[in-house]
Amino acid sequence: MSSIAVRVNDVTEPLGYRRPPPHTQPSYLHSAYASTVDRAPGTAPIEIPATRSEVTGPSFESVALAPNAGDLTAGFRGEPLGERIHVAGRVLDEDGAPVPHTLIEVWQCNAAGRYLHAGDRHAAPLDPNFTGVGRVRTDAVGSYQLRTIKPGAYPWRNHYNAWRPAHIHFSLFGPAWSTRLITQMYFPADPLLAFDPIYNSIPDPASRERLVASLDWDHSVPEYAIGYRFDIVLRGRYQTPSEHRP
Amino acid sequence: MSRAPTGSQTVGPFFKLGLSWLYTREIGAAALSGRHVELRGHVYDGLGRPIPDALLEFWQADANGLYHTEAGAEFMGFARVPTDADGVFELRTVKPGRVGGRSGQLQAPHLNVYVFMRGLLLPLLTRMYFPDEPVNAEDPVLALVPEARRETLIARSSAAGVLEWDIHTQGDREIVCFVA
Repeated sequence: MSSIAVRVNDVTEPLGYRRPPPHTQPSYLHSAYASTVDRAPGTAPIEIPATRSEVTGPSFESVALAPNAGDLTAGFRGEPLGERIHVAGRVLDEDGAPVPHTLIEVWQCNAAGRYLHAGDRHAAPLDPNFTGVGRVRTDAVGSYQLRTIKPGAYPWRNHYNAWRPAHIHFSLFGPAWSTRLITQMYFPADPLLAFDPIYNSIPDPASRERLVASLDWDHSVPEYAIGYRFDIVLRGRYQTPSEHRP
Repeated sequence: MSRAPTGSQTVGPFFKLGLSWLYTREIGAAALSGRHVELRGHVYDGLGRPIPDALLEFWQADANGLYHTEAGAEFMGFARVPTDADGVFELRTVKPGRVGGRSGQLQAPHLNVYVFMRGLLLPLLTRMYFPDEPVNAEDPVLALVPEARRETLIARSSAAGVLEWDIHTQGDREIVCFVA
């Protein structure tokens, strides 16, 4: 792990990770998203200084990934139904530095809007050629690429006639315990976004819109797959010890 | 150019699909040196109902107080543990040593924990400390927690030698969460 540290009064102090700017992250309680009401903590988190516990983190570099783990369309007898898409992007920190060799885990429903999960009661068909699970590692410059099909929208019981916009779940670790991130990637021009309480839990519109992938001709394959670009930014480090809070 | 970090979103109800490949009940091999402990607990919501779809992730130092990348590859120090239908999670591990804090202070032995679930738009960042541990009194992070709430972070020793640690996400016994 990174050994970035500075000496203060002859004591080596780890440099912590910057707190996200206001309004760029959701709050725990967002009552439009009904599940937060009984589950969100009611007390604000306590700010603690970064220690070695927070600036170290698990490394999955030695965990083997199957060669086609990043291709959610591969490994079945036939092809999954749906629009073939290639999703590519970079994982960077707040200063624009690439986050290399970091694990990305993704999961999604099929083109009909059904997850391969016992808890999914949506009466849409399962696809025998699609599980909706993928994993990749970023390369030396933080780039990744996934091949999949576009997930469908699906109903949920949050409110009357509630439908989730199409999305892919992304889970990342980054270099430290403090950089852990689970998010969702959405698709451009989806009319359901305006009505989705999960997407709209992020107060700052520009921060919200960064969860929406963009159409990417560079990663489109003519006659085969549409490309989307989704870049992910993980927390960056303080540059000097005087920036540390509290 | 500086950009804010990507926004967090809930893990949703179907995370098992993508995250279960790293599920484990053991954080270190049986051969690992140190005091082996068995941890068991419930996760409850604000109405006291067990949460069957919570996911916990643990990150800890080894018995010498060194994290994976400091200690070498033998001890990964990471575990991903779901709750079961009764809201129960279980983990076998070794008690970590003391890890340095700031200004030369040593921290008390602790597990670093994230809690994820449907209904949490951000994970809960918390810590589990060990019972009957005199150095808890000098831990710099516990010292930032109001005394009345500290017990939410400290496991209890059960008769069978199992450590019990329940997590209430909301309410009177709400777990202390942190931002680091």
